[in-house]
Amino acid sequence: MSTQTRDAAIVGIHEYPSRDVEKLVSPLQIKAACAAAALKDAGLNWSDVDAIYDASDGSAMSGLTIAEYFGIKPRVIDTTAVGGSSYEFHAAHAKRDIAAGRAKVALLTYGSTAHSNAMAIGVGGRGMGTTPADNMESFAGMTLVANYAMAARRHMHEYGTTAEQLAEISVATRMHAMRNPEAVQAMKDLEFLDIRETTISDVVNSRMIADPLRLLECCMISDGGGAVVIASPEVARNCRTKPVWIIGSGEATKYPENGGDITRSAAIMSAPQAFGEAGVRPDELDIAMIYDSFSITVLTILEDLGFCAKGEGGPWVEGGRLRFDRPADGPALNTDGGGLSSNHPGMRGIFLLIEAARQLRGESTSQVPGAALAVAHGNGGMLGSRHTAGTIILARD
Amino acid sequence: MADPQRPLPTLNEHDSHAFWQATKNKELKFQRCANCQTLVFFPRSHCTGCTDGDLTWHTASGLGTVYSYSVVRQSYHPFFRSKAPYVVAWIDLDEGPRLLSNVEVSDPAEVSVGQRVQVHWEEHDELCIPLFAPVR
Repeated sequence: MSTQTRDAAIVGIHEYPSRDVEKLVSPLQIKAACAAAALKDAGLNWSDVDAIYDASDGSAMSGLTIAEYFGIKPRVIDTTAVGGSSYEFHAAHAKRDIAAGRAKVALLTYGSTAHSNAMAIGVGGRGMGTTPADNMESFAGMTLVANYAMAARRHMHEYGTTAEQLAEISVATRMHAMRNPEAVQAMKDLEFLDIRETTISDVVNSRMIADPLRLLECCMISDGGGAVVIASPEVARNCRTKPVWIIGSGEATKYPENGGDITRSAAIMSAPQAFGEAGVRPDELDIAMIYDSFSITVLTILEDLGFCAKGEGGPWVEGGRLRFDRPADGPALNTDGGGLSSNHPGMRGIFLLIEAARQLRGESTSQVPGAALAVAHGNGGMLGSRHTAGTIILARD
Repeated sequence: MADPQRPLPTLNEHDSHAFWQATKNKELKFQRCANCQTLVFFPRSHCTGCTDGDLTWHTASGLGTVYSYSVVRQSYHPFFRSKAPYVVAWIDLDEGPRLLSNVEVSDPAEVSVGQRVQVHWEEHDELCIPLFAPVR
C-alpha cells in the first residue's frame, strides 16, 4: 500500500551557468549566487529560509559557515556529506524535516571550482593512510576511473554486456547535451575537441582510459554549482513556480565485502524504499536522472532501480531507448546532457534534482511532453567499491 | 632525479598495523572471529559479525582468483604513471578475503576474470607489498 505524501515540494531551482569560472569566483560565491537565484525563482527571500543542507563543499564546519555567509539563522542544520549523492540525501531529509514541522523552507546549495583548480579527480592518486581501508589499498594505484572500470569488467563477464551497449549511455546523453545551450558552451569552455552528437562507433573507438572504460564514457571535470529550494505545501501554494513534489526517498550504503557482488549498487536497497513510499513503479516514470559519472554507473543503476532485471541492462538500452524523443520506450535519461556532456564539478547530485524539476515544470531543453513522474538517483563515492545511494521520486502537481 | 616510488602504507595505522608488520615476513594475514566465525578483512579491532568478538589471526596461502580488474592507462601519480599500463584487480583469496592489488604481467591482455593468481612480494625497508601473478 502506498504511503505517498505530498508534504514537501521543490519550489525553486538554479544551475550556475558557467562551467569555467577562471578562478574569478569561489565555491562559496557560487553557492550564494545559486541560492539567491533559486529563492528568486520561487518568489522567496533569504529571510524565509529556516533550514540549510550542506555537503561541506565550500568550507569546514559548513553548518556554521554557510549560515553566517548567507546571513540566515536556520532552525535545522544538516551537513550530511556522502559524496555526489549528498543532495538526494538532503532532499530526503528536507522532506522529513518539513513534514515533521521543524522547517518550512529548506535550502540546498553546491559550488565547486574543480576545473579551475585543475583537480585530477578521475585519474589522480588516492591519499595514503587516511582510513584503514586506504592504508590497505592505496599501494595498488587504483584510479577513480579504474574503480568504475572494475564494475564494468565484472558486469561484462557475468552478463555478456558489451562496449557498444555501454556506449548507448554516452550517445543518448550527448544528444541531449547538444540541445542544451549551457552544455554546448560547457564543452566549448572545457575545450572538448569534437562538439557534436556522437555515435556508438565514436564512443567505442575513443581512447581507453582504464579498460574497459573509454574517454567518451567518462564525465567531464567542470566548475559549477546549483541550488534547490524545498518548501512546505503552505509555502509552495504561494510560490511563483509549479510545485514538484517529493513523493518518495531511499538511502543506502555499500562497501567492499569479502565475496560481494560489485555488479549490484546500493540502489538495490534505496530504490525499493523510495518506490514503495511513492507508490509508483519504475515503468510509470517519464524521466530518469541518474548520476552518470561513467557509462557503467547508469547501466548498473537502471537495473538496480528496477527498469529491467539485473544483467539485462545492456540489451535494454540498445537502439537509442534512453533518448528524450522515445517516451513510449521508457524514461528519458539525463535530459540536460548529464555529467558526461554538461556539468560535473565533482558532486553532481544537485543537478539531478534540478533537471528532474525542470522536466516536471515543462522547462527542459529536451522536454518530454507531459512529463509527470521522475526519479533522481545519486551515487556518491565509487561504484566499484564504497558508495552511497540516494533515490528521490518526484511528481508534478 | 630519483625514480618515483610506490606510495607505501604506514605502520602507524591502528587497524592495519599487524597486517603490514606480518608482510615483513612475507605472510598474508587475515582475521576470523573465534566466537561467530565471521571473516574480517580489512583488519579491524572489532568483529563486524558479533559484539562478543574474539578475532584471531590466520595466514592465507597466497593463492586466489581475479574477481575483476582494470588496466590503468592514465594516472597522475608519478610512480603509477611510470608503470602504466598496469593491472589493478580485486583478488579473492582462497580463504575468503578480497584484496586489492596489482597483477603483474608483461602484457595486460594476459589477465582475465576468474584467473588463478599467486602472491609474490615486493620488498621495502619496513614491510613487503603483496603483488600477484598468474599461476603458471
